[in-house]
Amino acid sequence: MNILRKALILVVPVVFLVGCASAPIDATDDVLTDSASGLNDSSTGGNTGGGNFGSGAGGSDDSAQITGIQDSSSIGRSELTLSDKSPSNLLNTRVIYFDFDRSKVRAEFTDVIAAHAEYLANNPGAQMKLEGHADERGSREYNIGLGERRGNSIARHLGLQGASRGQLDVVSYGEERPAAVGHDETSWGLNRRVEIIYTREQ
Amino acid sequence: MLKVILRSLLLLMVFWGGSAQAALTIEITQGVKGAMPIAIVPFTWEGSSPAAPLDITKIVTENLYRSGRFSPLPERDMLAQPNDPSKVNFKNWRVLGVENLVIGKVRVAANNQYIVQFVLFDVFRSTQITGQTFHVGKISDLRKTAHQVSDVIYEALLGERGAFDTKVAYVTQSKDRAGKPRYSLQVADADGHGPQAVLNSSEPLMSPSWSPDGRKLAYVTFEGGRSSIYTQDVYLGKREKISGFKGINGAPAWSPDGTRMALVLSKDGSPDIYVMNLLNKKLTRLTTSYGIDTEPVWTRGGDAIVFTSDRGGKPQLYQVTLSSRQVKRLTFEGNYNARATLSPDGRMVAMVHGNGNRYQIAVMDLENGAMQVLTDTSLDESPSFAPNGSMIIYATESRNKGVLSAVSVDGRVRQRLVLQEGDAREPVWAPYGK
Repeated sequence: MNILRKALILVVPVVFLVGCASAPIDATDDVLTDSASGLNDSSTGGNTGGGNFGSGAGGSDDSAQITGIQDSSSIGRSELTLSDKSPSNLLNTRVIYFDFDRSKVRAEFTDVIAAHAEYLANNPGAQMKLEGHADERGSREYNIGLGERRGNSIARHLGLQGASRGQLDVVSYGEERPAAVGHDETSWGLNRRVEIIYTREQ
Repeated sequence: MLKVILRSLLLLMVFWGGSAQAALTIEITQGVKGAMPIAIVPFTWEGSSPAAPLDITKIVTENLYRSGRFSPLPERDMLAQPNDPSKVNFKNWRVLGVENLVIGKVRVAANNQYIVQFVLFDVFRSTQITGQTFHVGKISDLRKTAHQVSDVIYEALLGERGAFDTKVAYVTQSKDRAGKPRYSLQVADADGHGPQAVLNSSEPLMSPSWSPDGRKLAYVTFEGGRSSIYTQDVYLGKREKISGFKGINGAPAWSPDGTRMALVLSKDGSPDIYVMNLLNKKLTRLTTSYGIDTEPVWTRGGDAIVFTSDRGGKPQLYQVTLSSRQVKRLTFEGNYNARATLSPDGRMVAMVHGNGNRYQIAVMDLENGAMQVLTDTSLDESPSFAPNGSMIIYATESRNKGVLSAVSVDGRVRQRLVLQEGDAREPVWAPYGK
């Protein structure tokens, strides 16, 4: 389900405008110009939600190793890296789930958030997008508010643990982009979430 | 037993729009027993082609039936089919229990104009109630004429303006061939016919809102990976971005005079209600709570705004007066009341009324606070009044699909509009316009 979601994030937004009835062609052209600039926005806005980090990963490994040695001498463990894909790497957990109508972080996610905070603190150039989501129950705009509250809740925890506010960007999608499409508690539980997306890794 | 279930019978209309994907089916899920018996005699066609270009009789019959207020006599039960007032024998209709009779004709005049004429009779008094002649320039306008005929009959017999010749906007979500979501803002006739996409996007579209003249829509898009608010002329396709602040840009609502837009921004912290002057784009902040303040709607006079807030713990409806910024709570019944919409006469507020598992459409009388749940579904959203206040269209979930439904304000008539593919949601009934 997560992989599917991430694939969706990679979708480049494309907007087509269609004039109702008999729209003059020049009006449509104007509008297409608008949407073209929207396209540019999104491509620079970044969409590195996927798991493949490309050529940048090598450099990241090198610097991580150097600081890792220094760290291990002082605190006894190596620095967290995004390139380490092992299940034990807490940075590989990129979805935080919430209770109904709540934005409080559940205890089971505190270590995950601490790991991401540490990574952001150690990599001041890294940028993170926090996408807040809600389940389908209730009204859509209220759920947009709820999704933002969840995103802000994670951002606050990250900030308290060393991330700088400038590294974090919260966007709420409310109930508009469900991870699971069922109309039951299982699906709802999967949809009440914040997705962590690194838009810049370091 | 006043109510009668007419599920999946009598009327199953399939409308084919621009593409198969846009097709809507309307089912009456609950009609009213005791609806007014009426006979609409097939309009005669006086033209060179074998048949009229559009079956006006069928559209009028279906409109009146779908309102739940009329019970049209099936054509096969008619003893005669007069097309001229002089040929009407009222006894033929009295014996069938028909109270009102409509006859009419369609003919081609010079320069390819169509002339549509009809007369409405009171069968028991043997008198003509009303009659009208329409001159129609284009074939494509005949459908509008059929809706206008329906409106005249509806108003003559019920004393309130009809809403057949109106539009509805809504959002659809489907998947393209690659399985990627595709969002679309559609505008269709109020009977679901002729949907046209006015905007397509691979990113979510939300919260359409009509301008008071019925020409423009405001909406929320996520183009570029964040929310922004646009206004768009539905007929010319021109659009303008009016809000793209950091954080939430949501829930646009045009003021009754069309000069201002209420909207929700979180740029200063939590989501709050703002009003934008549309001429100079100047913003005024109306609320400052730490909670979620959202879903603003204007009162009829434009001097106050009803909105959703969870400042008291759970979402409830509140009202803020623009001049004083004074806030009062409106709803106290139930632990979830959100997404208000006001009736055109300003007397009632419809909302999503929930208890954690069921979310239904309810109306509250603003004078005495009496609340009535209108729907028997759950997961209901986005109520919107017809411009005559007779029906509320809303979105719900049926057989794992997002569908549009409509319910009369007394809860007695229900109908459902089902999209053939994908989900439909966030319906907004257009105003009469100017």
